[in-house]
Amino acid sequence: MKKILALALAAGLALTGAAFAQAPNFDDPAEFARQKTLLTATPMGPADMPWEQYLVDGMKDTASFKKDGPYTVCFSNAGVNNPWRVVGFTDLQQEVALHPEIGELIHVDAEGSDDKQIADIDDLLAGGKCSILIVSPNTTAALTPAVEKACAVLPVIVFDRGVNTDCPVTFVHPVGGYGFGIQGAEFIAANVKKGANVLMLRILPGVDVLETRYSGGKHVLEDAGLNIVGAEFTDGDNAKTKSIVEDYLQRGTIDAVWMDAGATAVAAIEAFQDGGYPIPVFVGEDQQDYLQTWQANGMTAIAPTYPTYQWRTAIIAAVKTLKGEAVPSPEWILPQPAITMDTLDKFVNPKMPPLHYAMCGCEAMANYPTAWGGQ
Amino acid sequence: MTEQTLPQADRRKRQLPQINPVYFVLAALIIAIIVMNPAFAEPIGYMNFLKRAAPLAILAAGQLYVIVSGGFDLSVGSVITLVVVGSSILSNNDPNSTWWVIATMFAIGAGVGLINGLVVCYLKVPSLIATLGMMITLNGVAFMWSGGSPRGYLTDQFRFFGRFNIPDLPLIRILPVALIVLIVLGFALYWLMHRTNLGRMIHAIGDNPRAANLAGVPVNRVRILAFMISSLSAVAAGIMLGGFAGVSTDVGTGYELQAITAAVLGGAQLLGGRGSVPAAIAGALTLNAIFTLLNFLGLPQPIRQVVQGLILIAAVAVAMQRRKHTGR
Repeated sequence: MKKILALALAAGLALTGAAFAQAPNFDDPAEFARQKTLLTATPMGPADMPWEQYLVDGMKDTASFKKDGPYTVCFSNAGVNNPWRVVGFTDLQQEVALHPEIGELIHVDAEGSDDKQIADIDDLLAGGKCSILIVSPNTTAALTPAVEKACAVLPVIVFDRGVNTDCPVTFVHPVGGYGFGIQGAEFIAANVKKGANVLMLRILPGVDVLETRYSGGKHVLEDAGLNIVGAEFTDGDNAKTKSIVEDYLQRGTIDAVWMDAGATAVAAIEAFQDGGYPIPVFVGEDQQDYLQTWQANGMTAIAPTYPTYQWRTAIIAAVKTLKGEAVPSPEWILPQPAITMDTLDKFVNPKMPPLHYAMCGCEAMANYPTAWGGQ
Repeated sequence: MTEQTLPQADRRKRQLPQINPVYFVLAALIIAIIVMNPAFAEPIGYMNFLKRAAPLAILAAGQLYVIVSGGFDLSVGSVITLVVVGSSILSNNDPNSTWWVIATMFAIGAGVGLINGLVVCYLKVPSLIATLGMMITLNGVAFMWSGGSPRGYLTDQFRFFGRFNIPDLPLIRILPVALIVLIVLGFALYWLMHRTNLGRMIHAIGDNPRAANLAGVPVNRVRILAFMISSLSAVAAGIMLGGFAGVSTDVGTGYELQAITAAVLGGAQLLGGRGSVPAAIAGALTLNAIFTLLNFLGLPQPIRQVVQGLILIAAVAVAMQRRKHTGR
């Protein structure tokens, strides 16, 4: 019996060991350091148009892709299944409207499914109408073969999440998750005393972009000698977020709240307000409801962003490629500015819907604000 | 022991579980929470708890009507979402709109319940499928209406019911409006279920619809009413949940199963004929207490899910013991 137990235990350990070995690394010191440097890098490209700027030099000659218009731009989209993607997709559509040389945008929505997106890309290739393919992959590993297949026939632009191949013309993305985590945590460290209590609120485990935000933030907070009282998952649910914060407030003081995404930030702030506590130092995101609450209460706060203007950049990259103009490559790394107390007023607009992501680079576009649901 | 004393001992054993075990489970969880965190015994602690549990409690009490009548109502979660999304769009930041928006939402809820009932009674679609279809449809409607992202805010007036605390009271310090709503609606639902003819008829059709029909119960009409009560309770829960936490487009997700679980924790019989409104409300409080307790324990997320699942199964098992003992 003992032998069997020992065997089972050994087998179990071996299995978990294997599982850990396969688990992707969300805590990579080299990448952490790289993104930290990128946050302070001076962008190249036109000033005041961050969606056309790039942080790392290195251009790709696209003369071989040069083509006469009008272009048919095909877009395989992972989904329009959350408010960030709703804003981003609107950015993209409005950017298309700025380019008369684009004859048609063919958009296929994978509805958050890898299988559907792989099939979508096959269909687009079989259709033979596309001048170029833009892919916003649902998940990195699953979409890599499909993207490689597409690369063999036509130019491909990837943005938001990446793929494990450098065959696309370029991969458009902002600095990244570590950068997001660092920006918020450094702000906290600068605004509270050593040993202060920080509550970390996360949406859910296992999502790469969110995991890196967390590990980036955690490192900075720990290095600053702050006390992380808890790291809780909210499922992005307002009621759950508010309940969690209320429960923490019963057990002790909270000097700062760090969040990996801001959609439930207002619910977290309300937990302090409704309980009669002062609002602590806050890290949210660029959602309008959070920015307005921040402004109305004169909070000490910051909003790191994962800018939706990258959806515009994807179209810009596509058009440049088809015109044979050089594009930043293999990665087009966009600046990732945080909204600070100095720049807050510029981004608040009460006429926009609550979960409008303010770092959209869209204020000067023709159909702003109505196309984004504003009044 | 002689032969004569045995039946007595037996009877005493049978009488013991007369109090629904859900109350013991709830009490045990509350004690555990207080041990973990003495601040919970302060008014702010338990009042906050009652406030956030109120929407589920009302929802569970409404769901109980359908369960006792022998059905399921899976559409309640999507009704909650529709109420929150719809109210935020309709009210358009105008405080004066609160009352007509709330009236409109109750009208929509009554309509949803009516359709659910009609589909089940006259098209003979099993309630599980009928309300599942309604759930998918309403989620689609809410999505079309909002475009996948909230379009507006809820006014403070609208949020009064779910958010506001009456401050500075003696003894209890604060009294959440949500608790008053829970007490009023909870009592109304209790009275309707356990003190009126309608309640008896709902029990009768859940127990044996044919016998009820032969006894003169208007089976279809009663069943439709049960669905309408469930949908209306979902509207009330939606108004309170939107009040508590604000607008999001997936606010109602999962609430249908939580409501059914709460009712079963309260000893309701899934195929109908049996259930108690106060016990269903206690079931809802129990579910929330499990969540709060795990918050206080500070376990990692995966372990928390395992523990939550196990406590749930254990609690329902305890609740089911009662039926074995009472033989009902």
